[in-house]
Amino acid sequence: MLSKRIIPCLDVKDGRTVKGVNFVDLRDAGDPVELAAQYAQQGADELVFLDITATHERRKTMIEMVKSVARQLNIPFTIGGGITEIADAEALLNAGADKISINSAAVRNPKLIEDLAKTFGVQFVVLAVDTKHVHGKNMVHLNGGRLITELETENWIKQAEDLGAGEILLTSMDHDGTKAGFDCGLLGKINQMINIPIIASGGAGSMEHFTEVFQKANVDAALAASVFHYGEILIPDLKLELKRNQIPVRI
Amino acid sequence: MIGIVNYGAGNIFSLTAALDRLNVTYGMVNTENDLEKYSHIIIPGVGHAGAAMEKLKGTGLVKAIKKLTKPVLGICVGMQLITEHSEEGDATLLNIVPVKTKKFDKSLNIKIPHMGWNAIMPKNNSLFEGVEDNTQFYFVHSYFIEYNPTFDIASADYGLKFSAAVQKDNFYGVQFHPEKSGKAGELVLKNFSNLSL
Repeated sequence: MLSKRIIPCLDVKDGRTVKGVNFVDLRDAGDPVELAAQYAQQGADELVFLDITATHERRKTMIEMVKSVARQLNIPFTIGGGITEIADAEALLNAGADKISINSAAVRNPKLIEDLAKTFGVQFVVLAVDTKHVHGKNMVHLNGGRLITELETENWIKQAEDLGAGEILLTSMDHDGTKAGFDCGLLGKINQMINIPIIASGGAGSMEHFTEVFQKANVDAALAASVFHYGEILIPDLKLELKRNQIPVRI
Repeated sequence: MIGIVNYGAGNIFSLTAALDRLNVTYGMVNTENDLEKYSHIIIPGVGHAGAAMEKLKGTGLVKAIKKLTKPVLGICVGMQLITEHSEEGDATLLNIVPVKTKKFDKSLNIKIPHMGWNAIMPKNNSLFEGVEDNTQFYFVHSYFIEYNPTFDIASADYGLKFSAAVQKDNFYGVQFHPEKSGKAGELVLKNFSNLSL
């Protein structure tokens, strides 16, 4: 049986992690390699690195970071942020990334999904979608929820699946940062529609929220940032709690 | 010392990084002569099995690989290459292990690709020495190798029972990615590097 995955998400800027202060015994809390190794040690099933570097040196710093993570990490990881063309993806693949996550570049140019899937295989292509409820509809947003698009979330995800996305990372902007739980209703609905794995994101505040999203929405994975970084939820405890609730996990 | 068949199907950075962490030495196999240099051979592979087979043919190594008598390990698509045929691209493969590579069927009510950590049931085999029943490994694939008790050395369930690992003589294959499967995966790589026939 396939386990449900728990995925910490790390924000990276200029090759340094910008969250994650609550780990003990870290020599350098800003070092993505050390943080990643800690999470792997704790039982994280996978990691997502979101690069928020704005400088034009970004690709170089990103590649260096990916290489050093890949040298040390013995679990899979995804890189997102600023990937706009095949060459970006190829450089990340060659540096050891298992998957790449694309968001606004895919909205601007949906064919990018198709091109990436054809070149590297569907398993390499994660489509990240930021969604927000607007006038009774779920609308795709860009720039961390600041910019609304004309795309309805359900339609966009279906289209992306047809184009060759291998996985969906769905973040509910309405729930993100609230710590009030995942958007189980929307996640469940989207999950019913598609035949590729879906990662739930946005709203995790307690261990119960993870149990809930796996039980109610039956998603394949759940992603969170701050609850892990600030030690509010410890992954070993979370895994045991999920297991107690008959959710298949890797312990 | 392990020789990695360098035929351009997928990235090998993670594999060489894992071998580095294990202090297992390795080099690249580009020519038939290179095959002689190493005690163990790994055939990696990611992506499309049919396309990978074409690339392997392009190296001119097919005949020599089939004749090898030293331990050989195919990983993921590298494992599929040692089977007889893949439904991916309707490709005729190396046919070292006479089993077929098939596509997961959506009607089994499963997500495709099969992506994530899945428990395996290893048989008593040196490759899995020290690996307990139901240990989980990391899988990413849309095609699987049909279960055949003669060649299966570890099975897994995902909609149906399939082979997570096979063996015939000196040829081994694993569908999961040992280089991405935490400590359990590292143990399998270590076991392979210690295999003597």
